[in-house]
Amino acid sequence: MTTKQISIRRYLPERDDAPFWQPFEVPVDDSTSLLDALHHVKESLDGSLSYRWSCRMAICGSCGVMVNGIPKLGCKTFLRDYDGEIRIEPLAHFPVRRDLVVDMEIFLEHLAAVKPYLIDDAQAQETAETYRQTPQQLARYRQFSNCINCGLCYSACPQFGLNPEFLGPAALTLAHRYNLDSRDRGKAQRMPELNRHDGVWSCTFVGFCSQVCPKHVDPAAAVNQGKVEAAKHTLIALFKG
Amino acid sequence: MQHRDFDIVIVGGGGAGLRAAIAAAEQARSDHRPQRVALLSKVYPMRSHTVAAEGGAAAVTSPDDTLQAHFDDTVSGGDWLVEQGVADYFVRHAHRELVQMERWGCPWSRRDDGNVQVRRFGGMKTARTWFAADKTGFHMLHTLFQTSLKYPEIERLDEYFVLDLAVHDGAVAGIVALEVATGEMVLLRARSVILATGGAGRLFRFNTNAGIVTGDGMAIAYRHGVALRDMEFVQYHPTGLPGSGILITEACRGEGGILLNKDGYRYLQDYGLGPETPLGQPQNKYMELGPRDKLSQAFWQEQQAGRTGTFAGSDVVYLDLRHLGEAFLHERLPFICELAKAYINVDPVREPIPIRPAVHYTMGGIETDPQCETSVAGLFAAGECASVGLHGANRLGSNSLTELLVFGRLAGERASQRAARTEFADPRALREQADDQRARLARMCDGRESEHWVELKRELVQAMESGCGIYRTEDGMGHALQTVRRLRERYREIRVGDTSKVYNTELLECIELGFGLDIAEATCLGALERRESRGAHQRLDEGMQARDDDRYLRHSQVFHRHDGPAELRWQEVDTRFSAPAARVYGDAGKGSSA
Repeated sequence: MTTKQISIRRYLPERDDAPFWQPFEVPVDDSTSLLDALHHVKESLDGSLSYRWSCRMAICGSCGVMVNGIPKLGCKTFLRDYDGEIRIEPLAHFPVRRDLVVDMEIFLEHLAAVKPYLIDDAQAQETAETYRQTPQQLARYRQFSNCINCGLCYSACPQFGLNPEFLGPAALTLAHRYNLDSRDRGKAQRMPELNRHDGVWSCTFVGFCSQVCPKHVDPAAAVNQGKVEAAKHTLIALFKG
Repeated sequence: MQHRDFDIVIVGGGGAGLRAAIAAAEQARSDHRPQRVALLSKVYPMRSHTVAAEGGAAAVTSPDDTLQAHFDDTVSGGDWLVEQGVADYFVRHAHRELVQMERWGCPWSRRDDGNVQVRRFGGMKTARTWFAADKTGFHMLHTLFQTSLKYPEIERLDEYFVLDLAVHDGAVAGIVALEVATGEMVLLRARSVILATGGAGRLFRFNTNAGIVTGDGMAIAYRHGVALRDMEFVQYHPTGLPGSGILITEACRGEGGILLNKDGYRYLQDYGLGPETPLGQPQNKYMELGPRDKLSQAFWQEQQAGRTGTFAGSDVVYLDLRHLGEAFLHERLPFICELAKAYINVDPVREPIPIRPAVHYTMGGIETDPQCETSVAGLFAAGECASVGLHGANRLGSNSLTELLVFGRLAGERASQRAARTEFADPRALREQADDQRARLARMCDGRESEHWVELKRELVQAMESGCGIYRTEDGMGHALQTVRRLRERYREIRVGDTSKVYNTELLECIELGFGLDIAEATCLGALERRESRGAHQRLDEGMQARDDDRYLRHSQVFHRHDGPAELRWQEVDTRFSAPAARVYGDAGKGSSA
C-alpha cells in the first residue's frame, strides 16, 4: 500500500502552552480524502487528534482546515492531488480551541447580525398560499443561497484577519441573498448593518474568498453588489433628509 | 456543575428540532405565555444530517392529486405496518407545512408561472414532491436555522452532547449534557423535553449517513424504559456511491434516470416493476419509480445472478442520466453532478454513475403516540429518531422531510402546552442522574488499559451489515445478535486513551458507540423475531419469504433490560381506514387503489 506523510499542527491546551507539528504516515489510494486520512490518524495512530466533521460529502460545512496555507474542506480535498509536503492547520483567523477545532462563535454572531431571514409583514398570518416567484426571480439570488457556512472565506479574507468585527464574506452574502429575494421586504432593516465600516466597506476586494469557496457561491460578487446597494441607500437617505 | 432551567429542552438541531423550537416559541407567544426554549445540539445546527437530504418533500399539491392517494401510497409503501391515523394526519398537514417553509424563504424550484414545481418520486402515484434543485434538505435546514434566529425565546446550546435524561415519577425532569468545548457537565431542568436526534444509520458499515447519525436519543429514551419500535426495518437506499456510500438522490430517477445491470439491461422489469417504460418518460410506480426496498432487493438478486459490474472493488449497477442532457442535469441535479465528479471522477452528463445500495434510514425508533409523546410523560420525540408510525416497514422517499416539519411542529406545540401546566421536578432527581453519569465518565477516563473501542465499533458495523442486510436469514441474524451482546459485555470494560476535557472527541465517539450497541441489540432482536418478510425486512428462510398478516401484522416493541437481554413484545397496528392488501407496482398495480 502506498503511503504519504501529512503534518498536522496540534494544540492541546491542557498539556502544552504552544502548538506543535506532528507528522503522520497515512495509507492513500486514488480516492483518499484528507478527512479519510484524519480518520486513519484518529482511529489507528493517535486517538487524541480532534477535528470537526460530519457529512463527508461537502454539504454540512464542518471540516474546513488549512492545507498548505489554503482553506479547504477536508472531505473534498484528495491526497492524490499533493506530491510534496502536506501541512494541515486549523482555519486561519479564528481562535484555536484544540488541534484543528477553531472557535466559530464570531462567525455565528455575524450571520445572525444581518437578519438572515425573510422579512415581510404579511407573514404574520398563516396562509395556504405560497408567494409567486418566477424562475428568473429565483435565479437572481439562488447562487447566494448555496453557502454552507463552512467559514473558508473568513480564513481567506485578509480584512477579517485584521479585524474580526468585519461581518465578512458569508454574512454579507447571506444578507444580499435575502435582499435579492423577490419575496422579501426587509432590505431597509438590513442596510444599516451592512452600511457600516465593519459592513461592506471593510472589503477591499481581494477576491480570495470566492476562489476558496467550495460551493462557488462567489461571496466577492455579493459583497460588491452590496456596496452598490449600500451607496444607493446612503444617497436615498440624504435626499430624504 | 452548571444548572439551568428551561421550559422546554430540545435535543437535536436538525430539521425536526428546529421546527419544534420555532413551533414551541410560536405556541407560547400565541398563548401569551413567556417560555424559554433550549435547542441543544452536539454540532452547530446547520451541520445536522437533514442538510444531506437531496430529493424533496412530499405533499398533495396538484389539483388532480388527492389526500387519499398520498395516504394509500404511504400505507402500501409501508407494507401496511403504518399507523393509519398518523398517516391521515400527516397527509392533511403536509401541504400547510411546505407552504410555511416557502413563506419563510425556502428557495423551492419554480414553474414558469411562479408556482412551486413538483417532481416524481418512487412509490408515489403522482408527482407531489417539492424540491430545491437537489439540495432540498440543505435549503430546508438553512431556512429553518435562519428563521429560528428571529426568536429570542430560543437559546441555542451549540456543541453540547446529551448524555442522559432525568426521569422522576414517570415524568421527564430534564437532561444531563456535556459542553464539548470545556468537558463540563451541565444539568438542564425542563418541564418538557423533545428528542430530535436523528436516525442510527452509522450502525452499519456501508451507509449514506453523516458521522453524527449514531442514534443517541434513541438509546437514551430506550434506557429509560421507552420502547424502540419496528427497529428491524432499516432502509437501504438503492443508489449510493461505491466506496463512500455518498447518497445519489432518488430524484435522478424521478427526473427520468434509468438503472442498468452490467449488460445494459433495465433489470427492474424482472422484479414486478415492469413493463419497461420508454426512455425519458418515467411513469409513477413503474420501473425506476418503484419503492426503495424493492429496488435494493432487485440489486441483491442481480448481484447473486452475476449480472452486476464492479467499480473500485464494489459490485455495482449503473444509473444512466445521459439522455437528460447537460443543461437539464445542471439545473435539476447540480449537486449529483458535483458529487459524482468529485468522489468517483464520473461526469453523469457523459457516463452512467456506478451505484449500489447503502443503509440510509431508520424506519423504527422511539415509540410515540400520535401526538409525539412517549411513555415517559413530557418526553416527546420527532423526526427520524421517532417511531410515530408513519413509515411502517418501508419509508417512501420524500415523506421524511415533510414528516420532520409536520411532527416537529406538533411536538413543539404539545411540549409548550405541557410545559405551561407542569411544575419543575425536584432538582435532586436531576443531580442523582448527573452523579451517575459523572461516575460513568470518570471510569471511562480513569486511564486504565483496555482494548481499543475502535475495534468494537468495527465489529459492530460489520456484524450489522452481515446479519441485517437487504436479505436476512435466521442464522445470520442470530449470529449478529450474539455478536452485539458480546460486544456490549466487552464495552463495559472500555476505557478511552484521551482523558482530557476540551473537545475530547474520542470520548464522545466512545459514548456514541455505547448508544449504538444498545440500539443494535433491539434491531437484531426485532429482526430475528419477525419470522416473515415485509417491506425492508426480507428473509430467505423457508416459510418466511412472504408477508404473514395473521402473525405479524404487528409492530415490534423492544424494551431495554439493565441486567439481562432486551425483551420483545408485539403491538397492534392501526388499520382503521385501509385493510391490508397485496402490495403491487408496475402493471400488476393497475387499477388498485394503492
